[in-house]
Amino acid sequence: MTHRLIACEECDVLHRRIVLNAGCVAHCTRCGAELFRSRTFHIDTVLALTLGSLMVFVIANAFPIVTLEMKGARNGSTLFGAIVTLCREGRPIISGLVSATTILFPLTELMIRLYLFIPLRQGRLPARFHFFARVMQTIRPWGMIEVFLLGVLVSLVKLSSTASILPGVALWAFAALTLLLAAILMFDPRHLWDLAEELAGSPA
Amino acid sequence: MMTAADQGLMVCRTCGALCRRVRSTLQTRCPRCFGAARFRKRDSIGRTWAFLIAALILYIPANVLPVTETRTVFGAQQDTIMSGVVLFWTTGSPFIAAVVFAASVMIPIVKGIALALLTITAQRRSRWRPQQRAKLYRLIERIGRWSMLDVFVVAIVVALVHIRSIATIYAGPGAAAFGAVVVLTMLASKSFDPRLIWDPVETSHDFGKSR
Repeated sequence: MTHRLIACEECDVLHRRIVLNAGCVAHCTRCGAELFRSRTFHIDTVLALTLGSLMVFVIANAFPIVTLEMKGARNGSTLFGAIVTLCREGRPIISGLVSATTILFPLTELMIRLYLFIPLRQGRLPARFHFFARVMQTIRPWGMIEVFLLGVLVSLVKLSSTASILPGVALWAFAALTLLLAAILMFDPRHLWDLAEELAGSPA
Repeated sequence: MMTAADQGLMVCRTCGALCRRVRSTLQTRCPRCFGAARFRKRDSIGRTWAFLIAALILYIPANVLPVTETRTVFGAQQDTIMSGVVLFWTTGSPFIAAVVFAASVMIPIVKGIALALLTITAQRRSRWRPQQRAKLYRLIERIGRWSMLDVFVVAIVVALVHIRSIATIYAGPGAAAFGAVVVLTMLASKSFDPRLIWDPVETSHDFGKSR
């Protein structure tokens, strides 16, 4: 009986669950918070977006983001290079913060997504599904690729007055990655639990 | 309107499943995802205050200490967050100055004041404008992450401007303090339980609920 009910996560009001039309979002009638989204995304779509994101992620990290040219001297840097530089200069806190929010968390999230969705697509429940799904949801707000992209753009403006700037491949890759991750976020994580439940039949 | 609490139900924070509340306990294991389901977030108000006060303390070094130090053949120059904004403004990029000002100065302040307001009103079980307060909470949850902008700018600038004998930029201690402020305010807003806004608001009188 409790399955047809849903409580607003922000104000606790109970709502009866209804089937939504594609692309619709249900909001709480009291506080206006999002209750759930329609299941627009096919599991293949999410999987494709995740694989695409991982490939773009590799490109974004393998090539220099920008190259700086100043009086004949050139210096390009990858994201990883920036993290190493900060660490070497005795700024481990910033270095750790940047590496966690731009590499560690987004990469972990994508890997877990892949680990969960490939078996789900074949109709199997992956081992330790609950644990990984929970970890994915916890680290999600701490991946900040889109903020990093804005940071790169601001730095470009900052440096363009004193040096010539050559945008690198990774800059475009980060832009693409931001779009792909935004598309993945359209998939309501609550459906992951519904899917798992359908597969398990009864709570195992 | 009926709340889950009225019906003796708790919402699982991970998967959203409704769990039956066993008599006096405030915590149970969710039958669907095996995560912890709590009646309300644990020590919500105390934790929010703790993170908020820590953020407030670190906000001072974050703004006073230099975020970057530029060393060129002509000498060294130290920049704080605010002087960075001013530099953008004076060198003809008012738009970028506005973006950086919004992300690094305005958002942390607005977020701090808003969270303090929400926590105080929740603590006093106020019934004042719950709808607006709920909206305010959603807003600060969404914008908080953008404060990280300046930390990323420092990281990139430091990595790029590293040309010996011409110019080198080093990260200053202010950047770490600022990063800590952003993380702490994010933790503060995650510790706050928006359901505390609504708990004092009467819900089921129109259902004729008997206590």
